[in-house]
Amino acid sequence: MRELLPGNYAIAEAVRLAKAQLIPAYPITPQTPIYEKLSEMEAQGTLPGIMVRVESEHSAMAMCISASLTGARVFTATSSQGLALMHEMLHYASGNRAPIVMGCVNRVLAVPWSFGSDQTDTLAQRDTGWMQFYCEDNQEAFDTIIQAYKISEAVMLPSMVIIDAFFNSHFIEPMEVPDQDMIDRFLPQAALPERFDLDNPTFVSNVVTAGSQFVPFRKTGFADMEKAKAVIKEVDKEFEEFFGRGYGMVEAVRTEDAQLVLVTSGSMTSTARVVVESLRDKGLKVGLLKIKAFRPFPSEEIKSVLQGVDKVAVVDRNISLGKEGIFCQELKSALYNSKVRPPVYGYIAGLDGLDVSPETLEGIAREVMDKEEPNDLPVWIGGSQDGK
Amino acid sequence: MENEKLIADMMRSGHMACPGCGVVIAMRLVLRALGRKTVAVIIPSCSSIISSTYPNTSLKVPAFHGTFESAAPTAAGISYVLKLQGKDDISVVAFAGDGGTFDIGLQALSGTVDRNEHYIYVCLDNEAYMNTGIQASSATPECAWTITTPLGRPARKKNIMEIMAAHRIPYAATASIGYPQDLMDKVKKAKNIQGTKFLHILTPCATGWRMAENLTVKSAMLSVETRLFPLYEVFDGRKYGITYEPQCFPVDQYLQIQGRYRHLTREQAAHIQGEINEEWEHLKRKVDDCRP
Repeated sequence: MRELLPGNYAIAEAVRLAKAQLIPAYPITPQTPIYEKLSEMEAQGTLPGIMVRVESEHSAMAMCISASLTGARVFTATSSQGLALMHEMLHYASGNRAPIVMGCVNRVLAVPWSFGSDQTDTLAQRDTGWMQFYCEDNQEAFDTIIQAYKISEAVMLPSMVIIDAFFNSHFIEPMEVPDQDMIDRFLPQAALPERFDLDNPTFVSNVVTAGSQFVPFRKTGFADMEKAKAVIKEVDKEFEEFFGRGYGMVEAVRTEDAQLVLVTSGSMTSTARVVVESLRDKGLKVGLLKIKAFRPFPSEEIKSVLQGVDKVAVVDRNISLGKEGIFCQELKSALYNSKVRPPVYGYIAGLDGLDVSPETLEGIAREVMDKEEPNDLPVWIGGSQDGK
Repeated sequence: MENEKLIADMMRSGHMACPGCGVVIAMRLVLRALGRKTVAVIIPSCSSIISSTYPNTSLKVPAFHGTFESAAPTAAGISYVLKLQGKDDISVVAFAGDGGTFDIGLQALSGTVDRNEHYIYVCLDNEAYMNTGIQASSATPECAWTITTPLGRPARKKNIMEIMAAHRIPYAATASIGYPQDLMDKVKKAKNIQGTKFLHILTPCATGWRMAENLTVKSAMLSVETRLFPLYEVFDGRKYGITYEPQCFPVDQYLQIQGRYRHLTREQAAHIQGEINEEWEHLKRKVDDCRP
């Protein structure tokens, strides 16, 4: 059915149709409307699962983990400070191989307090063992929630489905919401392991006493995260056959003959699409690489797209103090062992939801085309030093 | 047959408790009273070591080792899903230490009690962070020595039972390893009550209380007989009942067998006795208030 939905409601619809059975939730701007919408569905009797109004994000994730290990499909959502509070439990979820799906709406981490988008909150959870999917628009957010359950339950690792504050979470877009039958056929009811079995009692997540016991757990997790790459692609392909929409771990737009490739993630990608077309019209050979999957990181795909490209400009809506934009770092490290390595130019743009306009991206493209060599430090776009 | 059920232990020997451990006695009694159809939540505490290390376990029931501050929501999550699966006859019990209950886990515990989620919370109170090696918690009694309170703890022990009663929790009770029948009766009562149940069990720690290993049960009994740790229960945060009438021994008998009170002055000992007298009167008034 064709509907007009903000990104938060798109995620709530997907969670309803995925038949999540337990949803521990806690409010934080800008993801709160997900919680509110699910509560409304529950009150109207249209939500197949149970909502639990917990007292913190930490408890929300604790409950997600134990419920998942008992055998239920679960969901929660958060942003920013709430995600940071969960940090301990994020490691706990992946270590216990709980296939949880969480909606994350990127928002700046204090200080200063603010509400606009900044991917540093989710990127700071890079090493927690969660898969991370950055979505461009509300349709993709909906589709990725459905896909994420299938992927997570296949590889037994949790997933974050990530959108930008306000540009996605609150902006209303036309989108397609499939009916329950189609979703059920693509994503059958979960048949998760029930880890607390009276007839075969075990002590789950017991203490290990030596590195020789610890290391195999991490190695298995690492190997399964690698396997997830194939699963993500298979599930996406199957999704496309069902629903006519596919995304890939990355998407390359007009990169075959490109001299310069812009690299983006999240909502600014839609703007970049327009900019690439307009620069092509002006005779500039510019392409676009959208990175959707951040963990597992699509190194092979990135290497293959950027082979033969003269220059690469990565636009990051996030910053790691003491280094640079985080997508830029990761992309550089993926390319380092390639025989052909285009120079990579890093830009920081759009922090705290500052608009990344077509003019901004066109300016970046033109600047990089004119430049001889990249700097090690990123170039900052927008924001005045004197605080005005 | 009934006798066999009573003595069916849900814990194995060979667990990793210190000699003279009170916590392991409490865990055995609780699990014995709950029986085979139980899922246990363990958090970092003495009980996590007692439950033994990978790939062994001393528990005969399925268990999950959660995080320090999360015993309560972890147990509640399991309980919700067991209900969804139609397994309502399985009890979920969370074991947490005093640090995991009085301090770092208090917010999460309050949350589950507020929502009245269906499980049994057991606080195994040995009155300090004993698993990390005797650091003070807010369950450490006033004047008691720990490694982080070398001069004795300056603050009064937090009254966790009153905090639970203020939530109007369906059932809260104190219990002692010195009175196993009373303890197991309370566990069985808790098992059959809908919603959150809270058991506060004083579990003497020979190591941390600086006393001989054969004084664990004696110290537990003295804590009750001196009225320092009276055995009582509260229904719905309102109806109080004393389940064992203590003999009212002077508290000195309890204090003098423990090295952690060795430094006490006569004034401090008198102060502790005064506090006990006052708390006892307060408790009796609450019991009297709910008599018809």
